[in-house]
Amino acid sequence: MFAVRLKQITKRFAQTLANDAVDINIRQETIHAIIGENGAGKTTIMEILYGFYQADAGEIELFGEKKEIANPQDAIDNGIGMVHQHFMLIPPMTVTENIILGLEPISRSGILQLVQAEERIRTLSDEYGLEIDPQAKVEDLSVGLQQRVEILKALYRDAEILILDEPTAVLTPLEVKEFFQILRRLKSQGKTIVIITHKLEEVLEISDDVTVMRNGKKVGELPTKDASANILANMMVGREVLFSLSKNDVTPGNTTLKVENLSVTVNDKPRLKNVSFELKEGEILGIAGVEGNGQTELVEILTGLLKLDTGTVWYLGEDITNLSARKIREKRIAHIPADRKAHGFLSTYTNAENQILGFHYREPFCRPNGFLNFPNIRENAKNLLKKFDVRPPLPDLQTGTLSGGNQQKLIVAREFSRHPRLLIIAQPTRGIDIGAIEFIHQQILDLRTEKVAVLLISAELEEIRSLSDRTLVMFEGEIAGEVSAATFDMEKVGMMMTGHR
Amino acid sequence: MVLKKLEVLILPLVSVFAAGLVGAILIFAVGENPLAVYWIFFKSSIFSINGIGYTLFYATPLIFTGLSVAFGFRCGLFNIGAEGQLYIAAMAVAITGIWMDGWSAWVVIPVCFVVSFVGGGIWGGIPGLLKAKFGGHEVINTIMMNMIAFALVNYLVVGPFHRKGTQILETEFIPEAARIPRIHELIPFIPKTLPLNMGFAIALLACLATYLILWKTRWGYEIRAVGISNSVSTYAGISVNKNMVLAMFIAGGFAGMVAISEVMGYRYTFHDSFSGGVGFIGIAVALLGRNHPVGVILAALLFGALIRGSLFLDLNFDNLSKDLVMVLQGIIVLFVATDKLFKKILSVFRIG
Ligand SMILES: Nc1ncnc2c1ncn2[C@@H]1O[C@H](COP(=O)(O)OP(=O)(O)OP(=O)(O)O)[C@@H](O)[C@H]1O
Ligand SMILES: [Mg+2]
Repeated sequence: MFAVRLKQITKRFAQTLANDAVDINIRQETIHAIIGENGAGKTTIMEILYGFYQADAGEIELFGEKKEIANPQDAIDNGIGMVHQHFMLIPPMTVTENIILGLEPISRSGILQLVQAEERIRTLSDEYGLEIDPQAKVEDLSVGLQQRVEILKALYRDAEILILDEPTAVLTPLEVKEFFQILRRLKSQGKTIVIITHKLEEVLEISDDVTVMRNGKKVGELPTKDASANILANMMVGREVLFSLSKNDVTPGNTTLKVENLSVTVNDKPRLKNVSFELKEGEILGIAGVEGNGQTELVEILTGLLKLDTGTVWYLGEDITNLSARKIREKRIAHIPADRKAHGFLSTYTNAENQILGFHYREPFCRPNGFLNFPNIRENAKNLLKKFDVRPPLPDLQTGTLSGGNQQKLIVAREFSRHPRLLIIAQPTRGIDIGAIEFIHQQILDLRTEKVAVLLISAELEEIRSLSDRTLVMFEGEIAGEVSAATFDMEKVGMMMTGHR
Repeated sequence: MVLKKLEVLILPLVSVFAAGLVGAILIFAVGENPLAVYWIFFKSSIFSINGIGYTLFYATPLIFTGLSVAFGFRCGLFNIGAEGQLYIAAMAVAITGIWMDGWSAWVVIPVCFVVSFVGGGIWGGIPGLLKAKFGGHEVINTIMMNMIAFALVNYLVVGPFHRKGTQILETEFIPEAARIPRIHELIPFIPKTLPLNMGFAIALLACLATYLILWKTRWGYEIRAVGISNSVSTYAGISVNKNMVLAMFIAGGFAGMVAISEVMGYRYTFHDSFSGGVGFIGIAVALLGRNHPVGVILAALLFGALIRGSLFLDLNFDNLSKDLVMVLQGIIVLFVATDKLFKKILSVFRIG
């Protein structure tokens, strides 16, 4: 029995054919993975199932019945829930308030029945092992827990089919383990789950079936037991993907960045405590740690977005403590922000305009009289979009319409292209497909060869392991330990990340 | 892409059309013939040189204030203070003109232009500064600045600058040298009574300047960026505070330029409550014009035509007064503000 059958779904956005006669069959009570390159159309087809977009052609069948899904409410009524990559929660409100939003249980006298709702949420949470306190405020929850609130929101609305768009992108390895536990439990209780991901090992671990998409088309659908990372990678990218990088020997040069005793308190909470380290030319220094242990603050201080309480930042022998973000950029320090939507690009600006963000006021993009130099801006965009394989590579397209991974590629292209001497890159490959990760990693290593210093903050231990020359582990605002590439041990680093030395 | 561009035009047009329909129902309800009423609007506003001239005349201050509000919106700021800004600028221009009696027009006119822009600019810049420094909301502060402006100009026109020997609340007249030409002085066959003046051309130039600044320069790039996202701007090294102050200064400046067409081009004096609320109608103009200079011109022309037509309502219809125009304006704003509804209706048509 199929929970969902998508038949010949076609969807066109102005210039792009996002879905081209796609068939997907999702068996009931299974976990179905959808994979494919950035811009392949994964999110689009799931948004169609969820009623957010309307297909231009094609049919949707749920549990053997043909259905019209005109909007998300229809989808919810038909037992479909979706957790988007960017959560839709109201941070200052409690878990319960967030979950009941839109279907508040009201007594006959018009009073909100919060207690009953809380009870139901607690039951659901226990049933699936979500471990969520209904009275907690969402803003106090970690990203991983917020995601569970999103899942609860769907379950509270009696979802039978759960769509998860890149749920693991924001999770740490440990959280992923727990998350998969939850998915298995959901499945065993009869739910059907669709999961979009770029991580092949996750597909192999968790899914029953897998659909591979490329360029808006389905290129294959197979039981996971018949798949391997190589087979899937081949289907996705259409070529062999190297899973190992060639890293040549670079002798680190002079010190590029030296920080001494950085401390900062935000909202009365100490976020960084006496952090000191050095970073040399041609060296990649990894910062590992569970999100929220001071990495964000460290990056913001180094890039001029947050003022230090005490401590000094030395860059090429110069004191750059508390300089403005613009001054710091002018010193050729590039920054890829962890949260691309909140920091990385302006969604209603075109690709060409976003490609000069932060450099827009200088030659060659701006003339001395203050007028923007559009021929140069377009030329720059054309080159970078092509070089970094941003799809579609159109300078005049609004960046907000790109797929998540392509937005990320656009930011990487911009930051890598302005001849940096220091790269501060947080989660550089979040949401990016394996082919593009390979490319970006190679770019990082090339910059290292050119003696650029790289500070790499990542939740992906695997990424840190394969790129870094040295790794610092952060825990509760302090440096909990340091390991070299030679002594890198996943287990050990994982322990340090959670406060065990 | 082409469709997108058209859509920008279609939605405001649909709003105006829908407002016209609702207006027709109202007119019918009070016992008049809607077609006859709308015919009067058309005839009086665009069927004669005089009519067109008056329409442009009434549109001129609306272009300035519409631009003012639109400019603020582009930086994510809601400037409700155009009315106060234009009063301050008008008084400042009147005083400057009076003081500069005896100077050559080549000096006085440029100085008065600058005074009009800077006067309004300061009045708009202060709420901008308050927002940047202390986070005070610009909506509250521009409203308060309006109150201060009204009280201040009222004091000045009643007290120190009141023209001797008249009951009318006006200042002394500004000298010839501070006046800009009427259109009939430049084009022969235009009726002499028409108050349309060079201020209209300057308003069009202001629209061109706005377009260039916002979309073609680094400053506009930054102002629009701040309007879209403070956090992205900060990341990119764009100062949110600096741009908010700048945007409010320029917005106030555009509102202040109303003094050019109304004081330097029409009344030649500061006349108490001369504005008739153009600062507030500017909000509607900006909304209908989608915060784009071309849209602002079109919307201001429409509103100008309505104002022109309204003068003939009392004359021709027993049950209608010129307040009908305010009703129509209100309905238009309502429909523009609910354009999501129309988008939905349009998209249904497209599928069907
Ligand atoms: N609202 C939109 N307007 C225009 N084009 C869009 C829109 N949404 C998606 N697209 C385009 O449709 C294509 C498919 O996008 P989609 O988001 O489905 O990709 P994806 O497979 O989810 O990619 P990723 O792995 O990067 O998230 C892309 O080329 C994208 O640019
Ligand atoms: Mg996607």
